[in-house]
Amino acid sequence: MSTAWTLALRAARLAAADPHGCGGVVVRAGAGPVRDLWLDHLRGHLAAGRRLLRMPPGIADDRLLGGLDLAATLSAGRPITQAGLLAEADGGFFVVPMAERLTPGLAARLASALDTSLIRVARDGLAASVPARIGLILLDEGIGDEERVPDALADRLAFHLDLTGIRWRETDPVSAAPVPGGSPSDRPSTTAVADLCNAADRLGIASLRAPLLALRVARRVALCDGEAALSEEHVHEAARLVLAPRATRLPPEADDRAEAPSAAPPQDSPEGSSPETEDTMASGVESVVEAARAAIPAGLLAQLTAAACRVPAAKAGKAGAPVSATRGGRPAGTRPGHPREGRLALIETLRAAAPWQRLRAQAGPGGPGIRVQASDFRITRFRQRRETTTIFAVDASGSAALERLAEAKGAIELLLAEAYIRRDKVALVSFRGSGAEILLPPTRALARARRGLGALPGGGGTPLASGLDAAADLARSVGRGGGSAVVVVLTDGRANVARSGAPGRAQAGADALHAARLIRAADIRTILIDTAARPQDPARRLAEAMGARYLPLPYADATVLSSAIRSAR
Amino acid sequence: MPINGLPRAAAPAPPSHPTEAHGIRMPRRPASLTVEVRRTAAREDPAVPPTFPFSAIVGQDEMRRALLIAAVDPSVGGVLVFGDRGTGKSTAIRGLAALLPPMAAVAGCPYACDPGEPAGLCPHCSGRSGARKAQAIPVPVVDLPLGATEDRVVGALDLERALTRGEKAFEPGLLARANRGFLYIDEVNLLDDHLVDLLLDVAASGVNTVEREGLSIRHPARFVLVGSGNPEEGELRPQLLDRFGLAVEVTTPTDLPTRIDVVRRRDAYERDPAGFCAAYAKADRSIRKTLAAARARLPALTVPDATLEAAARLCLALGTDGLRGELTLMRTARALAAYEGAETVSLDHLARIAPSALRHRLRRNPLDESGSTARVARAVEDVLAR
Repeated sequence: MSTAWTLALRAARLAAADPHGCGGVVVRAGAGPVRDLWLDHLRGHLAAGRRLLRMPPGIADDRLLGGLDLAATLSAGRPITQAGLLAEADGGFFVVPMAERLTPGLAARLASALDTSLIRVARDGLAASVPARIGLILLDEGIGDEERVPDALADRLAFHLDLTGIRWRETDPVSAAPVPGGSPSDRPSTTAVADLCNAADRLGIASLRAPLLALRVARRVALCDGEAALSEEHVHEAARLVLAPRATRLPPEADDRAEAPSAAPPQDSPEGSSPETEDTMASGVESVVEAARAAIPAGLLAQLTAAACRVPAAKAGKAGAPVSATRGGRPAGTRPGHPREGRLALIETLRAAAPWQRLRAQAGPGGPGIRVQASDFRITRFRQRRETTTIFAVDASGSAALERLAEAKGAIELLLAEAYIRRDKVALVSFRGSGAEILLPPTRALARARRGLGALPGGGGTPLASGLDAAADLARSVGRGGGSAVVVVLTDGRANVARSGAPGRAQAGADALHAARLIRAADIRTILIDTAARPQDPARRLAEAMGARYLPLPYADATVLSSAIRSAR
Repeated sequence: MPINGLPRAAAPAPPSHPTEAHGIRMPRRPASLTVEVRRTAAREDPAVPPTFPFSAIVGQDEMRRALLIAAVDPSVGGVLVFGDRGTGKSTAIRGLAALLPPMAAVAGCPYACDPGEPAGLCPHCSGRSGARKAQAIPVPVVDLPLGATEDRVVGALDLERALTRGEKAFEPGLLARANRGFLYIDEVNLLDDHLVDLLLDVAASGVNTVEREGLSIRHPARFVLVGSGNPEEGELRPQLLDRFGLAVEVTTPTDLPTRIDVVRRRDAYERDPAGFCAAYAKADRSIRKTLAAARARLPALTVPDATLEAAARLCLALGTDGLRGELTLMRTARALAAYEGAETVSLDHLARIAPSALRHRLRRNPLDESGSTARVARAVEDVLAR
């Protein structure tokens, strides 16, 4: 058995003992036998009467929260409501498959159930609160950093497991027995609170829920071990399980530790009744941090170091901002309305009419069949993704051509292939010599784009201002057409041709900054890729002026360049 | 008996008209149908542990101040709390509910009318003649759950009674229950558009108009909107933003002692909610007393001309649209002064409340890199240089 698997089993045991208290588990793994086995372990640990309930993907509110039961209502002739799945899962776990694709609305509903232990329903004539003390199992099948479980939910769950690296022969068959529940010890533990908070701080964990969950888990560990008091060991295990997977930075190395305690502000808050001295507190924190650090696998350490210098991914331009629409796009719920305002949602209309059938039959003459009135009409709401156009503004001047034009071309080709898969449009603006030209108006024609790119000539001055103006004009026209535009500027930032076409560094630089500010004022999403061999100030200043993400690319090849742009989107 | 097949009256009748007293207008009122308004008291929440005491919240001074101001003077127009996850937004708002002093209401009225005021719009009270009996009830704090449907928000025909007893009864919705209290919307930015429109309309007029399922009812719905949300999960429409009197931003505390304090209190509360609340009962009581005193002092408190002028200059300097900014600034400064027991509304009160009252009313200036909070702070410094 590998350590990761042991840790995962331990988490399953602890979570099963108190599903609601620990919030639940994020399980990052592809669908497969290892994940199923882990779920079997979890199920085995659950006490009798508690269960794992799986959420069907694309569930509607009436089934999730509760609402009118259409079939029963029609046959009974009076409104019959049904409980939602969340309420049915009360006491046990609610399993969410493909959790990386949860919509914010669904995530908020789940989070509110976790926070309040209740489902408040105010739907279809039903007003009730039903208990839903659930824990969540989020099955995260995301690939790469972009696809993740919504932060708002992940933050509320104590355990974050990654089973992707575990092979089948490292696992062991189910031998689990139910874990006794019971309420943890009531002994106050001032040092444990301080240590866990301090450790979370060192590991760069901003949320306050993390130390709180760690504290709960530590108590649960003590209970599982049959001990009444909370010992150092329990706190360490909690740090390994709860804090380590959330670390966003490495704790400072040994040389920094000496000054760390003195750097911590003195405990003079009204509630800070900490009897321990500075020394014992510091050593406690160190051991907790060490425990957490030991649980961070070696691969993750490298990843963390990389993450530290990586800019957090912006959501800009990912798949186009969603807009409400009445006719096209994906269906997104229904609302009362007349069919002439949109498309009639038949089932929802029937649902609205169902409870009235007996009354309406009494009310007046009419043939057999369901009586539907204007107030019953429901129409479908749609959401449509806006089309994204990626505009490349490429510096093809002599200085850039010398340095990285070939690589930039390679990266753009890769992006073109991606854009083709997503059905995005691309456009190409190049600037060199005395002005800018649109080499390729927004298009989906991949072959044409590739041809235009291959024929991109290099050499001459850098009319940066003209290039930015041309890109901004194009972005604005895309916006007017109902799409959303992302401008990717590839330049070294060293302008030497002014707007007028006259050479001169000073005027050219001022013009470029002015053009950049105009881009910012127009609220165009931009990414600036510094193609200079050494990242330099002019490009950085330019990026700031236009509010762009700045990506310096010293010695990067085409693949790295492409993945950088992808992460920026 | 026909219920849905009835022709509707063309124009709304004035609410004081005696025969239209219940607000349900039926040209040929069938004798067997009694029109009545029912309170949904039977369907209250099951027993939940006591809420986290308001006085036990660590830090977050701006948010607490804004909520208290809205409690002193409900006319300031609601509070919007935006911020990181896990910063105690929901906790503070639920804590405030437990804190508010009880109010006098007409016994049996589903809209909790004030017995001291004329019956006005209320379909329940305006129908009754003679003295109305008063009773003390807690100030309502109504949650608008996610996924709520329109019929439960505005109110609808009580289906069960209509079907089982043939009575046409209006079942008041969440807006009725929130009258004279607070309407709390968690994750306000995730609310459906058509519900937002509806809430805006009611919040602006103070009257809820129901025209559905053969009902035609108007009832008072004056409430303080309290919204919370996370801006990362979706922007709020500017029209809704403007409706809130105060906007506060909360962040996770970054200094260690505060963080330890927060976790320690939360932990103590979770292990023994009743004991923890008892420990803070005295502090909560003192806040409640201060609140009651502030409410009593509020009507007599005048705003000096110098403060009014400063408020106007502040809004001019920031270029806020309309007069709403100045009004809110004046009202919130007065409520703050009342809460603090001050003799008069000073420039200091104005300066302290200005960021909360104005930051969400600024036109976005894309060329200005600093956030709106910094812009308000700068304007306060310039205008109120003392």
